[in-house]
Amino acid sequence: MKTYLAATAAVSLLLSTVSAFPQAKASADNAPDLAYEAVPNFFQAPAGDYMGELQGVATNSKGNTFAFFRGPQTRLWQFGPDGKFQKEIGKGFYGFQFAHSVRVDRHDNIWTVDEGTNVVTKFNPTGAKVLMVIGHRPSQADGPYATPKGPNPPDEKYTLCRPTDVAWDQNDNIFISDGYCNNRVVKYSPEGKFLAQNGGSAVGKGENEYNLPHGLQVDHQGNVYVADRGNNRYVVLDNNLKWKTAYTQYGTAWSDCISEGPHQYLFMSNSNPNGNAPGSWARTGQIYKAELDGTPVGKFGHAGKIAPGWQVVHMMDCRNPNQIVVGEIESWRMQKFVLKGSK
Amino acid sequence: MKRLTTCLLAAGLISVPALAQTISYTTSQPLVLPHDTFFGAAAGVATNSKGNVFVYTRNGEPTITLGGSRAFAHGGSSLYEFAPDGKFIRQIGKQVYGFLAAQQVRVDKQDNIWVVDRYSSMVIKFAPDGRQIMLLGRKPESVDVPSSPDMGQGTPPGSGAQSDLFRSPSDVAWDGDGNIFVADGLANARVAKFTRDGVFVKSWGSRGSGDNQFKIVHGIAVDANGNVYVADRGNNRIQVFDNNGTFKSSITTGGDPVAICISPGAHQYLFSSNSNPVNDLDHGGEIAKLELNGTVVGKFGQAGKSPRDFGTVTGIDCRNPNSLYVAEIGNWRVTKVDLH
Repeated sequence: MKTYLAATAAVSLLLSTVSAFPQAKASADNAPDLAYEAVPNFFQAPAGDYMGELQGVATNSKGNTFAFFRGPQTRLWQFGPDGKFQKEIGKGFYGFQFAHSVRVDRHDNIWTVDEGTNVVTKFNPTGAKVLMVIGHRPSQADGPYATPKGPNPPDEKYTLCRPTDVAWDQNDNIFISDGYCNNRVVKYSPEGKFLAQNGGSAVGKGENEYNLPHGLQVDHQGNVYVADRGNNRYVVLDNNLKWKTAYTQYGTAWSDCISEGPHQYLFMSNSNPNGNAPGSWARTGQIYKAELDGTPVGKFGHAGKIAPGWQVVHMMDCRNPNQIVVGEIESWRMQKFVLKGSK
Repeated sequence: MKRLTTCLLAAGLISVPALAQTISYTTSQPLVLPHDTFFGAAAGVATNSKGNVFVYTRNGEPTITLGGSRAFAHGGSSLYEFAPDGKFIRQIGKQVYGFLAAQQVRVDKQDNIWVVDRYSSMVIKFAPDGRQIMLLGRKPESVDVPSSPDMGQGTPPGSGAQSDLFRSPSDVAWDGDGNIFVADGLANARVAKFTRDGVFVKSWGSRGSGDNQFKIVHGIAVDANGNVYVADRGNNRIQVFDNNGTFKSSITTGGDPVAICISPGAHQYLFSSNSNPVNDLDHGGEIAKLELNGTVVGKFGQAGKSPRDFGTVTGIDCRNPNSLYVAEIGNWRVTKVDLH
């Protein structure tokens, strides 16, 4: 009976990931609209080359922007502060197979999260050197394995299962949301040693449980904010991954971002889902700006195929809370927005 | 004093204490790849008589082409050569048919370069100039997608078939006459012996834990007297055989061996890596330096990701027993280890 239940749960998870999670209307949608401007065609690909599904966007302290995307190969591009393409990083790298996230730490090291190889990689600031890999890629000789069809295998300290995102506290401890087949948040030391986790391999909707932790960020106090996508909530944990609270008013929880500076803001994307039903664009797609305690400040943006609309926001960069970079899955592009404050 | 003790220990002048002596060491990563080229899972490392360093690494993925009848796999691993100072010299065998999943590289007395590939189940001998001069085994014609770990060849894992074909081989070594010994391997559980000209002589071993049996044949080395040392991963021992495969003894002082290496010279040492599994960085990972009879000289290192740690060592080069190269399949790097 127990086996049967587990199998049923696994099958329903499989179905829901295939057909996309149902969209959720945000109950905070009466938050004020924020005035904003799109910077048209700010990022320029090299002539004759193309970006694919834009999974990851991040900026460093020097104003460079990084785009991690799924093309015929998974690729990592660097753009200058003027939006012009500068260089490609890690071309053909063994840890690139199916992009999911790129983030830049406070030392300007570039970190990629790849859910095809199950590896999180730390590059130095120029991208020329690999400083650390977390997780491990199965040998080619073991062949490709699909996401497990039965119950998820038990979680392990150093094995990631389609990880989704990475973040750090001010002591450089490493936090990873893991992921599409595990359902947990893991904390590692700056040297990559396992310290703690919250959640496990099983899917759940209670406290200390997740249904596809899809992104995460850490504030300056060390609190962890997890986009719990399948549960339509943003979960807040303390630095030791003890449950604090969850914000449930912001719709489908795809991705979050915490700005730098003395007053930090939390940006959350109620992304319009893959597989749109008629009318869904009217109900989802906006990005929310909130205080760290969850109080809404405002919202901006909308779903749409034509820029400056966006099609399934996968990640935001908000180092400067008034300059937001947005990566979209379905429109294969990265856009820059300037927030003007309340209308 | 510590140094003196180590010297005395190394010279075998004083008895080894029951508690393993820690050998002090320093690490560096001198090998520099061309811009935009990276090590992936660094499986094997070896040096030649000139001090050049060879690395065989999984740093790409095999391309599976969907043929009309079957699926075929090509590519995925690279063999690189570096100068003694770490400068990149060249890539060898870019278009070689048998490079799929790197497992090991070794250099013989004549400076020929031998590559062991786990996925193509081949042992490939290159002349020092990079020409392909002898092939052992045969790459399976096609692959199943998704493949099974034993590549779906239809025989049960662990059989010690008297055949000159391998299944996921792991290592290669030679005796003074040039006879070839292949560790075979991760799917089979046996050692295969060939003459220097590649004539298949015999094989021995089967799956199990008794003498002459193996859990996983993960490494192989031959001493100056022609004795064959086999890393029996999973059984926590190195089995020693004479040149014809007759069991002599088991060494259990080196942990659960993944990579082993015997240094050349008048006084030979046996290095054995108690490598941590890739999914466990909290236990093991150290390398033992042993006398050929298994007496522990000392141990060094531990599992981890920091520069002084080891992340699942799968290859050791010990041409100079005081200056080793180790290939770390978990940390995707090659580390030079100087023992003091």
